[in-house]
Amino acid sequence: MPLPDAERLCAALADSLRPGLHPDTALIGIHTGGVWVAERLHAALGLKTSLGSLDVSFYRDDFSRSGLHSQIKSSDIPFEVKDRPIVIVDDVLYTGRTIRAAMNEIFDYGRPARIDLAVLVDRGGRELPVCPRWSAQALQIEPGKNLQLERSKAGVLSLRLIDA
Amino acid sequence: MKIQIKNGRLIDPANGIDVQKDVFVAAGRIAAIGAAPAGFVANRVIDATGLVVCPGLIDLSARLREPGFEYKATLESEMAAAAAGGVTSLACPPDTDPPLDEPGLVEMLKHRARHPNFAHVYPVGALTLGLAGERLTEMAELHEAGCVAFGQAHVPVVDTQVLMRALQYAATFDFPVWLQARDPFLGKDGVAHDGEVATRLGLPGIPVSAETIALSTVLQLARDTGVRIHITRISSAAALEMIVAARASGIVVTCDVSINHLHLSDADIGYFDPHAHLVPPLRDRRDREALRRGLAEGAIDALCSDHTPVDDDAKQVPFGEAEPGATGLELLLPLTLKWAGEMQLSLNTALARVTCDAARVLGMPAGTLSAGAAADICLFDPRGSIRVTRESLKSQGKNTPFLGLELPGRVRCTLIEGHVAFENGR
Amino acid sequence: MRNPQLTKNGELQHLLTIDGLPREILAAILDTAAPFTEVAEREVKKLPLLRGKSVFNLFFENSTRTRTTFEIAAKRLSADVINLNISTSSTAKGETLLDTVDNLCAMQADMFVVRHASSGAPFLMAQHLAAMGLEHIHVINAGDGRHAHPTQGLLDMYTIRHYKQDFTGLVVAIVGDVLHSRVARSQIHALTTLGVPEVRVIGPKTLIPTDVGKLGVRVFHDMRAGLKDVDVVMMLRLQNERMQGALLPSPQEFFKYYGLTADKLACARPDVIVMHPGPMNRGVEIDSAVADGPHAVILPQVTFGIAVRMAVMSMLAGN
Repeated sequence: MPLPDAERLCAALADSLRPGLHPDTALIGIHTGGVWVAERLHAALGLKTSLGSLDVSFYRDDFSRSGLHSQIKSSDIPFEVKDRPIVIVDDVLYTGRTIRAAMNEIFDYGRPARIDLAVLVDRGGRELPVCPRWSAQALQIEPGKNLQLERSKAGVLSLRLIDA
Repeated sequence: MKIQIKNGRLIDPANGIDVQKDVFVAAGRIAAIGAAPAGFVANRVIDATGLVVCPGLIDLSARLREPGFEYKATLESEMAAAAAGGVTSLACPPDTDPPLDEPGLVEMLKHRARHPNFAHVYPVGALTLGLAGERLTEMAELHEAGCVAFGQAHVPVVDTQVLMRALQYAATFDFPVWLQARDPFLGKDGVAHDGEVATRLGLPGIPVSAETIALSTVLQLARDTGVRIHITRISSAAALEMIVAARASGIVVTCDVSINHLHLSDADIGYFDPHAHLVPPLRDRRDREALRRGLAEGAIDALCSDHTPVDDDAKQVPFGEAEPGATGLELLLPLTLKWAGEMQLSLNTALARVTCDAARVLGMPAGTLSAGAAADICLFDPRGSIRVTRESLKSQGKNTPFLGLELPGRVRCTLIEGHVAFENGR
Repeated sequence: MRNPQLTKNGELQHLLTIDGLPREILAAILDTAAPFTEVAEREVKKLPLLRGKSVFNLFFENSTRTRTTFEIAAKRLSADVINLNISTSSTAKGETLLDTVDNLCAMQADMFVVRHASSGAPFLMAQHLAAMGLEHIHVINAGDGRHAHPTQGLLDMYTIRHYKQDFTGLVVAIVGDVLHSRVARSQIHALTTLGVPEVRVIGPKTLIPTDVGKLGVRVFHDMRAGLKDVDVVMMLRLQNERMQGALLPSPQEFFKYYGLTADKLACARPDVIVMHPGPMNRGVEIDSAVADGPHAVILPQVTFGIAVRMAVMSMLAGN
């Protein structure tokens, strides 16, 4: 199956976000692919609020089964969360569990005005009632596969399908 | 009861014998070796094909825990362990509760130990009352009650004037004195050899000088008083060197080492194994090598089990709080054989240290299969082996750093004065 | 013999000592601790990692400070924390360490943080749990006798890495009562494992353990010589009772020869950092001018200590 071009999807996602933004809106990318996408959106949309990033490892619901993986990144929220509109940015939306973990984590920084979700690809297979407000592309991917965002040395984003 | 032990490999270190010969037992004694005496008709024939037939082992230190510590062990349990280990004579140290400092206690112990299945018990009487190092015991009376020597177990006599007088008094009657070289102050809070292992594990250390300083005191007092001195449980190369030098200078001194110190070093404490908490402490590998050589060369006279059954409650605590000691009666022969194998010694040489040499220290005409000697005999399978487990040990004490190991040699039969005290596992 | 603090797969099952732990595990703990430092700055200073878990602080020896840091770490991970201060007198009444452990296991404990006066006590607990088939219960050693205080050693490493980035070019001196110090032993093992090329111990002969050189350190008895060109000075606490056992003549004489003063610190490198596990005896092992001076990183140690303990607890709970 030919995969869509990730850079083009980023540009399309930025276009669809633009009308829905508030001057105070802040983007929060989820490590690692979500941060790359959020960086693209942040630049394209010219937002004045600094970009945030989350590593949701501490909030994952499978901790007691699989433990902590190594190389956890620090979450970095360089703005006041309280009363601010937030857009969570991720590369691929699948079960929705990561998004739940991210929302839990965001609330530990304060009570936001609202949270929206923007993703590059919605691959289906949801296990929680999570629905993105913006999705650049919907794809049907079979359960045994992982859709991954990768970044080349030159900084170019691309999608890749691998066995889970 | 007349018994013929046939087809065995007869090893009698006292006579330097290692031959295929039959042994004839009558009236509790060795009636003859090789050919049956005239008119000998055996009531029983024991086939010792493939087995070594040797004198019953003599253990210079086995705690029977009576009186006072019956919850740790009883005469019955420990005598079963002795018979299962091929041990037919044993000396027991005086650190019972109360200590063996009164003739009545010794008589009671001797009386309790009188049983055809029980090894001969030779009590070591307390040198000072209550082992407190202050007043002398009635040594002559204790001797009449059955004490073969006097000692302090591992409790040091702090006051050297008391020590000198105790040695003088014992020397008056030519009683042997058995002492462990242990300074009362150096390393008094210590629980392990003062070296790399103790430093790494954060265990308070006991320096070698705690042994050598006390040894020096004892050796000088022995020379001055002329007492027959036996140093128990030497633990270091330095102590062995001092004893060798003392002998060269004319002091009459014997010494022994325990099976634990012959095979283990402080590294065997591992991750705080409380079974490796011993008195004296396990020292380092070089000390162990010196002890192994010293015993092979005869500089160390005898090997003993230093059998010390300890109840689980006293061992299931952190290392330093654990009561020191290890069970050993059933391991004496296997660990003698293991040492012999590793040092490439003849069985004659190795078994001498637990038979005739130990008998010489004890001052008893035992540890030999000469015609006319008591028929204390051990039959073992030198190609067999035992696995040391809590279940396999007959001793009530299950505490040994050798737990889980496979050791060479398996006792098949033990005779005490011509009576079969142990046979094929029972 | 398998290291009793590792699982069959070589993962950390208990944290009992740093001695024998592979470098990768030490590095992983330090790496994992980093993101935990940021949690303290949030409005809700809590993570859900140990939600529903019961952590028992089992202190057979009093230490309000250490117990508090473990308590905060466990609470920030959302665990239920139960503090038990078991003075030696109550154990003297009959209940043994393992009886206590059995009782708490019956209350569905998930983790024990244990402080005990006897070296090796946490090993005994871990071995007992294994024998009882309770491998899912974890033990963290919060200080046993003179043996080990691994989380202190780790937080010290975190602090050093924070200020010096790399371990492989450092000269580190540990000063004072090394003989009685579980902290010093954990520091020595951590530093040598992480590749510090020169670890020194400085103190009078009465307070330096036998054969400590075999742990990979250089011994100095002269403090100025020992501090020459060091990057890190790690001071140890001197207990007052050391005057009793004829180990030292007086706190005054100790301070004169082994107390850290600005004057002695001048022998070290200009960017030296000064550490202390606390609580400090000012004027005995360290001068106030140094303790409060620009080289001291003693308070950051405390802050990092919580993150490091959170990292250790999370890693154990996940293994």
